[in-house]
Amino acid sequence: MVGIESYAVYLPVPRLDRADVARVVGGRGKGTRPVASYDEDATTMGVAAARAALHGAGAGVDSLWFATTRPAYLEKSNAATVAAASGLAAEVAAYDVSGALRGGAGALRAGLAAGAAVVVASDVRYGLPGSADEAEGADAAAALLVGPDPVAELVGTASLTSEFLDRWRIPGDVRTRTWEERFGVEEYVPLVERIVDDVLGRCELKREQVDHVVISTPHARARAAARRGFEAAQLAAIDAAALGYAGAADLAVGLALALDAAAPGDLVLAVSATDGADAFVFRVTEKHVTGGRSGLAAAPAGQPVSYGDFLNWRGLLPREPARRPDIKPPVPPAARRTASWKFGFVAARCGSCGYRNLPPRQVCLRCSATEGFEPVSMVDVPGRIATFTDDWLSESVQLPARVVAVDFDGGGRFECEMTDVVGRELAIGDRVSPTFRLASVAGNGVRNYVWKVRPHLEEED
Amino acid sequence: MGSHALATPVAVVGMACTNFGELWDRNVDDLLVEATHGALGSAGGLGVDDVDAFWLGSMISGVSGLTLTRPLNISHKPVTRVENMCATGSEAFRNACYAVSSGAYDVVMAVGGEKLKDAGYSGLEMPSVPNDGTPPVLSAPAMYSMIVPAYARRYGVPEEQIKEAMTHIAWKNHGNGARNPRAQFRKEVPKETIAAAPTLAGRLSVFDCSGVADGAAAAVIVRAEDALKYTDKPLYVHALALDAGSGTGRNDSDYDYSDLAEAAASARTAYAQAGITDPATEISLAEVHDCFTPTELVLMEELGFSERGKAWRDVLDGRYDRDGALPVNIDGGLKSFGHPIGASGLRMIFEMWLQFRGEAGERQVADPRFGLVQNQGGSPGDLVSAVTIVSDRRP
Repeated sequence: MVGIESYAVYLPVPRLDRADVARVVGGRGKGTRPVASYDEDATTMGVAAARAALHGAGAGVDSLWFATTRPAYLEKSNAATVAAASGLAAEVAAYDVSGALRGGAGALRAGLAAGAAVVVASDVRYGLPGSADEAEGADAAAALLVGPDPVAELVGTASLTSEFLDRWRIPGDVRTRTWEERFGVEEYVPLVERIVDDVLGRCELKREQVDHVVISTPHARARAAARRGFEAAQLAAIDAAALGYAGAADLAVGLALALDAAAPGDLVLAVSATDGADAFVFRVTEKHVTGGRSGLAAAPAGQPVSYGDFLNWRGLLPREPARRPDIKPPVPPAARRTASWKFGFVAARCGSCGYRNLPPRQVCLRCSATEGFEPVSMVDVPGRIATFTDDWLSESVQLPARVVAVDFDGGGRFECEMTDVVGRELAIGDRVSPTFRLASVAGNGVRNYVWKVRPHLEEED
Repeated sequence: MGSHALATPVAVVGMACTNFGELWDRNVDDLLVEATHGALGSAGGLGVDDVDAFWLGSMISGVSGLTLTRPLNISHKPVTRVENMCATGSEAFRNACYAVSSGAYDVVMAVGGEKLKDAGYSGLEMPSVPNDGTPPVLSAPAMYSMIVPAYARRYGVPEEQIKEAMTHIAWKNHGNGARNPRAQFRKEVPKETIAAAPTLAGRLSVFDCSGVADGAAAAVIVRAEDALKYTDKPLYVHALALDAGSGTGRNDSDYDYSDLAEAAASARTAYAQAGITDPATEISLAEVHDCFTPTELVLMEELGFSERGKAWRDVLDGRYDRDGALPVNIDGGLKSFGHPIGASGLRMIFEMWLQFRGEAGERQVADPRFGLVQNQGGSPGDLVSAVTIVSDRRP
C-alpha cells in the first residue's frame, strides 16, 4: 500500500490586496492573495513545505521530486537545493520537474511510483500588472511525503495527454499569454469529464461516493464548468480556503486542503487539468487520526504588502539602488565546503564546553577546544532577539533590512536578517525561528540562499 | 611575559597632516608626498634619504611599500605596508616606534594615506575574502547602531537619553571641526538639525556617522635621547598598545553589544605602560575613534573617563566639550575630518603634536599633561583597538 504519509502547505506571509491593484491598474478588486516575499522564491517556499512535511522523518525517502513553473535556476538543479536545505541525505535522488504547470501532477505521479519519496510543488504566480495571473494567483508550496504507511492510500490514477495551446510563456518572460477563453473551455471540460470517468471506473467508484474533490486547472472558466459535475459539499474543503490558483503547486495544495478536511475512510478525488488531465483517488486511512495536518490552520497571519513593494519584489517596479558596491555573490567552492552549514543550518556543538558554534569552527569560540565537535541542526531551534537594528544601507531588496542578533535556545548566537516583519516593531527578547530565504541575487545571477529568522509562532513550541 | 613601556623611549620630531576632504583633484601619491615632505620639513628639514625606514599604513589605496617609494622616488630603503582595518594609522605608528626603540634604525617615518573618494560610494567598502555568503552583511552604521538598544537595556537608560548624548557628541565634534582648517566639515551644526535628521541605521542618522574622505598624515620618529637634535618641542611616546579581540563576539551569546572590550583592554595596557592610575584626571585630552556617535559614547567608559553606564550623563554635562574637564576630539574627530583609513590614527596624533607644542590655535588646551589617542577597526564584538599615550615630557 502506497500513499501519502504526511503533507504540509506553506503560504508566504505577505498578502496583496486586490483593491490596491485596482487603484493602480484600474478595474475592480476584492480580497487578498498570498504573495512570496522579497526574499522568497519557489525553492525557499519548497524548502519550508518539505521541512514541515518531513519534520525529521526523511530517513526512508529515496527520491525528491520538485515541481515549479518559476524555477530559480535553469540547468542547475533547484531540487538539489531543496533536498540539501531539507536535511535529506546525499543518497536521495532529487529531480526538477520544471517549466510546465503539469509538472505538479507529474511530480506526484513520479513520487507515488517511486514509493518512498517526497513530492514538493512550489510556485510563484504573477504576470504583467493587471493580469489575471496577478489577481487570481496564489504563491504557495506543498510537500507530500509518499511511503508505505500512509494517511491516504492511493486507490487509482488516470492520465490523458492532449496537445493544444491554451497558455504559454517564453522562458524568462514575465507574461503568460493565453488563447481565447472559450477555446480552452471546450478543450478542458471534456478532458475533465473523461478523466473523472476513467479514474472512477478503474477504482469502481461512483461520483457520489467521493467525499472530497479537488479540481485544479489554470483555466478559470473550465474549472467553473467542471465543478458543476459535483456537489457543493464535495468541493467545500477547497472552496473554504479561497486561495487562488497556485500553478504547479495547485494540485498538491488542493490535495492537502482536502486531506485536512477528511476523516478515515473518506475518498478524495484530485484532478489536474493542464495540457491534458491527471486524476488521483486516495482513501484516507485510520492513521490519519494521529497524523499531522497541513499546518495551514496554525500558519502565521498574513501581513499586507503594498502594490508598489510587490511590484518591486517581482522586478516589475525597479527602484533606484543605493550608491553602494555591487552585491558580492557567494563563491561556489566556499558554498560547497560549508554546504551543511549554508543549506542545512548545521552548527557545531563543542564537545568540551557544549557551546554551539555558528558557523562551525576548528577552534571553539568559547573554550578553544579543537576536537570533539558534534554537528547539530539549528533548523528547528527557536531563539530570542539579543539586539537588533534597521539598516537602510543594506543590499536587501526591502528596506530597511531588519537585522537581528539571535541567541538560540540551548546556546548559540548568530546575526542575520529578520524576515516577515515588514513594518513591524521588534524588541529585545522577541522569539524567533529559523527560515530558509534569499539574502541577495548577485549580478552574475547567483542566488545567495541563507538561513534567516522570522517571528516564532507559539504553536511551534 | 608581559607588555611593557619601550625600554628605549621614542619621540615624534616632525609631523604633517594634509587637509582632509573630497579631494577630487588629488590622488594618493599627491597626498603621501605632501604628508611625507611636510613631516620631514617640520623635523628640522630632513631629506627623504635621512630616513632609515618607513612604515606605510593604507587599507585599500595600494599594496606593498612600493605605494610609498614610487611617488617619493625612495630607493633601497626598508618600506613596510601595514593594515589593521581602521586602526591602520596607529598600527603604522606603533611599528615604526618599535623599530627605533629596538635600535635597528635611528630615524623612521610612519605615514598613513588613503584615497577613498575615487570608489564612487558614499560609504566605505571593506575588502572581503570570497566566501559562502553566510556572514551577515550589515552596513557599518548598522553594526554600530546595535550598541544603542543594547546599552539602553544594560543600564536601564531610555534610548531617547542615549540619542540626546549622541546628538551632543555630533554637535560637539562638528563645533570643534569648525575651528580646524584641515577638517573636511568646518561648520557648526545646530542640535535641532542633528536630532531631526532621518535615520540610516537604528537610531543613527548621517550626523551620527563619520564622513568618507581622502587624506594623509606622517610622523618622523627618533629615540627620545636624540629628539632635541631635530626640534625643540618633541612629542614623547609614553605608551603603545594594541588589542585584537578574538572576533567572536557576534557569535557569542555572552556578548551584549553594549561594550567595546578591546578598547578597554588596549587602554589598560597603555595606562600601565605610562604609569597612569586615574585616567579620568591624568589624561588632559583625548582623540578617540568617533566613527559613529555611540562609539565615542561607549569609549568614554572603556577608556576609564566615565563610570559604566554614566557616560551619557557626562557627555550631556559637557565634560568632554572643548572647554570641559577632558576635551575629546577637540580637532573635530572622524566626525569632522572623515575617515581616510590609513591616515586617521596619524591625524589623531597630529592633533597631539599641535596641542603639546602650543600650536593648536583657538583649540589650544592649557597645559596638557597626557594626551590619549584611541583608534579602532572592526565593529562591536569584532574589533581591534590601538591606544597611544603621548606628552611633551620625556618618559
